This record gives sequence, structure tokens and C-alpha cells, in this order.
Amino acid sequence: MKKELRLTVNGQPYELYVKPNTLLVEVLRNDLGLTGTKRGCESSSCGICTVILNRMAVKSCSILALQADGAEVVTVEGLANGGKLHPLQKAFLDYGAYQCGFCTAGMLTSAKAFLDETPKPTEEQMREAIDGNICRCTGYNSIIRAMRAVVNGEYEETK
Amino acid sequence: MSDKYAVIGKSHIRVDGHAKVTGSAKYTFDIVLPNMLYGKILRSPHPHAKILKIDTSQAEKMIGVKAIVTGKDTLGHKNGPWRRFPELCDEEILCREKVRYIGDAVAAVAAVDEDTAEAALDLIDVEYEPLPAVFDPLEAMKEGAPQLHEHAERNINVTRRIEWGDVNVAFEKCDTILEEQFHTSSQAHLCMETHGAVADFGYDGKLTVWTSTQSNYYIQVLLAGMLGMREGDVRVIKPPSGGGFGSKFELDSAQFCASLLSQKLRRPVKVILTREEEFTATKRKTPMYYYVKMGAKKDGTLLAKEVRVVTEGGAYTAMGSTALYLTGFYSCMPYKWPNYRYDGYRVYTNTAPTSALRGFGAPQAYFAGESMMDMLAAKMKMDPIEIRRKNAVTPNYEVPAQAYIQSCGLGECYDAIEKYMKERGKLPLNRGMGIGNYAFMSGGIFNWFNTPYAFSAVIVKINIDGKVDLFTGACDTGQGSDTTLAIICAEELGVHLEDIRVHADDTDLGPADLGSWGSRETLMNGNAVKMAAADAKRQLLEFAYAKMKPNVVYDLDIKDHKIYMIDRPERFVSYFDIVQDAIRGKQGQTIIGRGHYTPHRKGMVSPAWGFGVQAVEVEVDSETGKVKLIEIVTAHDCGQVINPVGVLGQVEGATMLAAGGAFCEDQPMDNGKILNPSIGDYKVLRSLDMPKTIGIEVDTYEPEGPFGAKEAGEGLTSPTAGAMANAVYNAVGVRIKDLPITPEKVLKALKEKKK
Repeated sequence: MKKELRLTVNGQPYELYVKPNTLLVEVLRNDLGLTGTKRGCESSSCGICTVILNRMAVKSCSILALQADGAEVVTVEGLANGGKLHPLQKAFLDYGAYQCGFCTAGMLTSAKAFLDETPKPTEEQMREAIDGNICRCTGYNSIIRAMRAVVNGEYEETK
Repeated sequence: MSDKYAVIGKSHIRVDGHAKVTGSAKYTFDIVLPNMLYGKILRSPHPHAKILKIDTSQAEKMIGVKAIVTGKDTLGHKNGPWRRFPELCDEEILCREKVRYIGDAVAAVAAVDEDTAEAALDLIDVEYEPLPAVFDPLEAMKEGAPQLHEHAERNINVTRRIEWGDVNVAFEKCDTILEEQFHTSSQAHLCMETHGAVADFGYDGKLTVWTSTQSNYYIQVLLAGMLGMREGDVRVIKPPSGGGFGSKFELDSAQFCASLLSQKLRRPVKVILTREEEFTATKRKTPMYYYVKMGAKKDGTLLAKEVRVVTEGGAYTAMGSTALYLTGFYSCMPYKWPNYRYDGYRVYTNTAPTSALRGFGAPQAYFAGESMMDMLAAKMKMDPIEIRRKNAVTPNYEVPAQAYIQSCGLGECYDAIEKYMKERGKLPLNRGMGIGNYAFMSGGIFNWFNTPYAFSAVIVKINIDGKVDLFTGACDTGQGSDTTLAIICAEELGVHLEDIRVHADDTDLGPADLGSWGSRETLMNGNAVKMAAADAKRQLLEFAYAKMKPNVVYDLDIKDHKIYMIDRPERFVSYFDIVQDAIRGKQGQTIIGRGHYTPHRKGMVSPAWGFGVQAVEVEVDSETGKVKLIEIVTAHDCGQVINPVGVLGQVEGATMLAAGGAFCEDQPMDNGKILNPSIGDYKVLRSLDMPKTIGIEVDTYEPEGPFGAKEAGEGLTSPTAGAMANAVYNAVGVRIKDLPITPEKVLKALKEKKK
């Protein structure tokens, strides 16, 4: 029996009917076509499917879609605004903070949720923020450098 | 590095970057085709058993199930990448009579959705007759052990000997001899995108497969063979790929089952392996029993080395035979051994097959070899760097009958690491620093695949607006080869990186290339790119000469969109104008350049060698045995750096993978069953575990490589485990010879040391 689900994703409100056992990641990928969010495991332990839900970084495979009823969700597709990349996206490009790119959406959303809350973090705090996200390519340090660059204001818009 | 190059040597945003940071890159995992079905694979729960009967009738009746295939639906061909040696092609993929490991595939289902396909697997009734099984290669080699394959007595799959000089005589002349045994563990590739494929077999008899692979050419040819098709009727497209690390250049069960189901149904079928299947039913790193004896003269000159290795092969050959050879070769590197002997045995066992994992046998050899160098230095009271430097290979050295080394920056690497260690000074209690060094190939010379094509080939096409299409079969699995090749193309043609469009994903479009393994793309495909771009440039320059009419003693080149006289650069014409002239002058044809590369007369292994020296600093908690990685510094010779940010990514990424293997990654088994087949249970390095990393690039020029470049990707996994073992020894005085270096092992060794 499908149930009604209302949620806002990347600023766009949606009304859907989903089975109670549907995961949020399945709705995002299969119903809304937002395939930027990936899945890497069946045990909620790789962090690849991370999205921002009501300002918090959440593994979208670890919650049911219906638990997100009424929520505001931001996925990697929602980071750029008005044709402009988010500072973190620019920094990831410049610092080579991705290789295969499969973990990148989760890294970016984890980093964004964290930096929105903690604009002046220590390195240890930044490492903690992405400790739930596995990257098998980069060795993480380029991701930390990219986050640091954003924190340091390298990507602030000049007015 | 001056302004010698306009594009090379400067950090560039990757050509696939914007798609990857915005989530618009579409991976195999993301592909949905109209009318598509979903496939799931049934796997053996037994490590060794006869298949007596497979009854699919109940599963077929299930609503939503569209087809089921078993070994009976195949041609019965056996798969393997070593096509020159039919007895090494030993994997049916869908087993017909026998299963040989827990995870061997026996049937596949296509259904309207994944849940239905999964449920249908439970309704397939397979009757097995369990057979005695053997899991340890030393046991499997014994007379009377259960035999996996009829052709392989005592389960010996492959043997390799490499020998020069006379080690027996030489050991007599040694002043110091060391003899030790090591063991290296398994490791999972853990690609973040699991193996997967979407196969679409049309009514025209042609098959298209989208798949995450390291070589779309291999998959094309192997699939055609298994399905009895012409190669040209199989098209393999590689979308952006979520990692390979050595696990994705063999034909796998997802690709084969999706294709077979699609062939039966003439509908697209998607098979994505689960994370558990990825751990249990794809290839993994080769565990090795490693015996080594080496001897030196009083002054530290290395005289003789003898190595015997028995590898846990698992159920099938896969790429493990190459790993066996390469372990033998790398066991002599990077030193000048006048006498050397290697005997390697690859042994079948009832475990998941073992194969290549970033380093391809090298990390195992260097773990033992670099541990031994430190032990030898200690025994002889020599400085660990000094004994290495004294014996290290140098430029223009020939490894007897094996390899020719041209460029070699190993000496500069030692200098850099020595300087760093001096600056670091004396370390506090329970801290230690250890070093390891390595040499690694820039692509393999061997042709076990038996390709009739050049190893790499490229077509470059220049269009009316000056945009350049680069067609190649190189496979970017995340390491950045598309960008590296585009940079080489832009440099040679004198255009900007943004002018290049890379088409590297489709066997219908690009020439064959052996793919991404053995750190080969920069040198091999890069040479083909440079040659193709030079061919296209030559055609453009004909028109430029005609227009500029220089004195015949002057010649022209292109840089930054300007075609200029080399000795009088102030005289130039526009690249864009000449492109237009040339295309008009050729009656409207686009400019097409062709290039290819196959190594010749370069020995047995590789045409060029990357080098590095790494220092690993650790802190050991003597109460718990826990090792903390503090800092890893790598001095690295990859020839001319093409894209600095890309090379740094390789240094750091390889270090992380290798440190994980040395530190915590393992696949313990119970009677052939992998006990930790989930990311929750399989421990990897995460951001908090990752130490500070420093990369120091040493400047050399490799004559065989494009613009002097050579390998920069895979070799970097080589030195870490040995350096870490040496660091632990230097910190607390215990020598761990069995990977990974877990707290339990360190603690046990500390207790034994106290006794």
C-alpha cells in the first residue's frame, strides 16, 4: 500500500506515493531522477549516499522516504545555484579532491552541511566531518585541502 | 620547470571534473534503458561441490521473472585473459558441473525489478554433492589434496622461474646471510562502484554493453569469445567508472550474465553486484607465502638473493599468473643483484580467485624485500639509506635478460628523503620512521592476451573551428588518464586543453587499447597520442609553410594557437586560420592524424620505470599494540610531470590504499568463507586515520615516454608496507613479517620481546 510523501528537494516541492519500505535514496534516484546521489553498500557504512536533510548530513540509505515527509532535502544537484558552482565544488575541482567521482556527491554534501554549521573548523573537525565517507581514490587529504580553501575564503564572491 | 611547455606541468581541472562535482556524470550504476530488466546471480554456498541438478521451474513460474540462465545456456567456453595459454583459461563464469569457491556463479535471473529477481533466486533448487575442499596453498600442493581442476596435479596452476648468475656459489662468498619468511594478506579492491553492466542484445544480433571496466577492448573480445560472436558485433561502452584498482579488467559475472540474459530475451538487462558479492565473488589481492635468503659482502655490496613464493591462487587463474611473474621480477628490484633466483608457484585453492590489485604483485615483493634490507642493514650496522643507495639501480642499467632502465631518479629520491629525515631529527619515545623504495613498470610488454593490434592507438581529428577530437581506447577509471592524454595532445598540437574532446569510452569509436593496468596509459597511450597529434600537426604545417613562405632553413611549430617560426617566434599566423585553409585545401576533409605505440626491444617487462623512496613515521602504543600513522613522505620519479595535481592525487591515493593493506585491511576466512563481506566489517583507512602526506617530485626525463613522462599511478603502492614494518621496528623494536600489522600482532611481538 503506497503512502503519500511530501518533501522539498533542492527547493522544488514534490508530492509522491511510495511504498512504506522505500528508502529515501531510492526516491531520489528512481522517482526524481537525481542520480548524482550514489549507493555504495547495504550496511549504511560507506557514506556515499549522503544528502543534506533539514541542514543535517544524512545517509539517504539509512532512512525511509516516509521519514523524510515534510523535510527539505539538498542533493549534489542542488549545490550549484543560478548556473554558478558552489565554492566547495570549485575547490574540489582546483584541488583535485575527486578521482573516480563516485563518492564525490556524499563528500560534498557532508562537507557542506558541516561547514554551514562550523564555518571556522580545525583540521581535526574537518576530518571528523567526512570520517563517515569512504573515498578509495584520493587518500582524503586533497578533500581536506579543498575544504580548508573554502574556509579560508579563497572562493568568496568578490563584490 | 620553466615555460618549456605551454600545457604540460601546470595543474589543470580534469576534463571530467565538472560532471563529477555536479552529479551529472552518469555511471553504469545510473543507466536505465527503456524496457530494461534487472538481473541477479545465484552463487554457490559450497567451497567445492559437484552440481547434480539445477531446477529452475518454481522460479520461472514467479510473476515478473522473465528468464533464468544456467551453465547449460552457455557455450561451455572457459574464460581467461591469458588467451595465449588455453589451459590458463579455466573459468566458466556460470558453472556447469562443479563449483570451486563460495561465490562461484551457478544461475542468473532476469526480472522486472531487483526485488523480484532476488526473490526468484531463493526458488532455484540446486542439488550439490559437496566435495572435500582445500583452502591453504601449502596444503593444496600436497599429494592427495583435493584437486580443483583435472589438468592441474597437486593444484599447481602456474610456476615461474627467473634466474641469473649462480646464487649457490655466490652465497658461499657472502660475509652476511639472512634468511626469513613472510606472509602477505588478502585485500579487497573496494571500488566504490561495484562491478556492474547493462547489456542490450538487439534483434539485429548485435550486443551493446555499458560497463565499469579498465579495458573495454578486453571485455569486447572476451565477451565475443564466450558468446560465440564476432568481436565487431559486441560494442562495449565505458561510462565514467567508480574505480577499478585492478579488479575490472577481466570479464566478470555481471557482464557475462547480463549479456547472456539479454541475448535470450532481446531486452536490456542490468546486473549490479551487491557489496557482499563484490567482497566474495570478484577477484582480490593475492596472498603469498614468501621465503627469502639474501647475502652481502662486508662492505654492504649485495651478492645473492633467492626467493621462493607460493601464492594462494583461489579457484581460477585470472590475472594471478601475471602477479606471480611480477612478484618474481620485483623481488630483485630496485637493486643490482649479480646473482638472483626466483621460484614462484601459484596454487589453486577453494577460495575466491586472487588477481591484480594496484601494484600487481609488487607490494608483496617490496614488503618482504624492504623489510629484509633494513634487517640486513641492522645486522651489518649500516645506515638503511646507505646500503640501499650503494646497491640501487642507476640510469642505463640492464637487469640481466629482464629489463632496461633508461631514466632513473632513485639517487635524487634517496637524497630528498635523507634530507627530510635529518630535518625531522630525533623522534620521541615509541615513534619510529622507516623507509622503503621501489621501481615500477610503465606498462607491460607481455602479450598474454595475444592481441594482434598495437598496444595503444589513437586518432586525432581537427575540425573547422579548431576543436580537436581525440579517439582512444584508454580507460579512465578515475586516475585521470583522459585528462593526461588531452594535455599531451594539446601540448603537441599547440592548442589549449579546452580545445580537446576526449572520446575514450566506446569500442565502436576508438582504436583498441589494452586498457588501464600496469600503470601503462601515460607512457603507452600517451606516445600514441603524441604521434597522432604530430601527424595532424604536420598536415597543418604544410599549409602554414605555403602561407608564411619562410626561408627553407627555418621550421615551424605551434604554441598557444600560434603557428610560428621556431627561430623567429615574432613571425606567426593563427592556428585557426590555418585549420580553415587546410580543410579547404583538402577539399573539405577534416585533418586526421594517426598514432600508435607498441614497445620493441625493451626487455621482458616494461619499456620504462618509475621510482620512489618513501619514509613512513608511526607511533606505537606499547600498551595496546595500536599503530598510528603520523606522516608519510614520498620522493617520486615519474619523469616529466604532466599534471601536477593529478600526480599528487596518485601519490596520496596509492599511499592510502597501500597503508590500508599494511595496517588493517584483511579478508579472514573460515573454510573458504570470507568472514567480513561488508564495509561495516571490512576496515579501511578513513579520513581520521590518514596521516599527513608530502610528495616530492624528482625531475628526470624518460626518453621512451611522451615528453619524458612515465608511470605515476600503480607503483606508489609498493613501498608502504615495508616502510611501515621498518617504522614499527624502529619505534618499538619488534619485527612484523605477516601483513597486516594489526595491534594483536604488535602486542604479541612486544610480549615475546619482553620474555
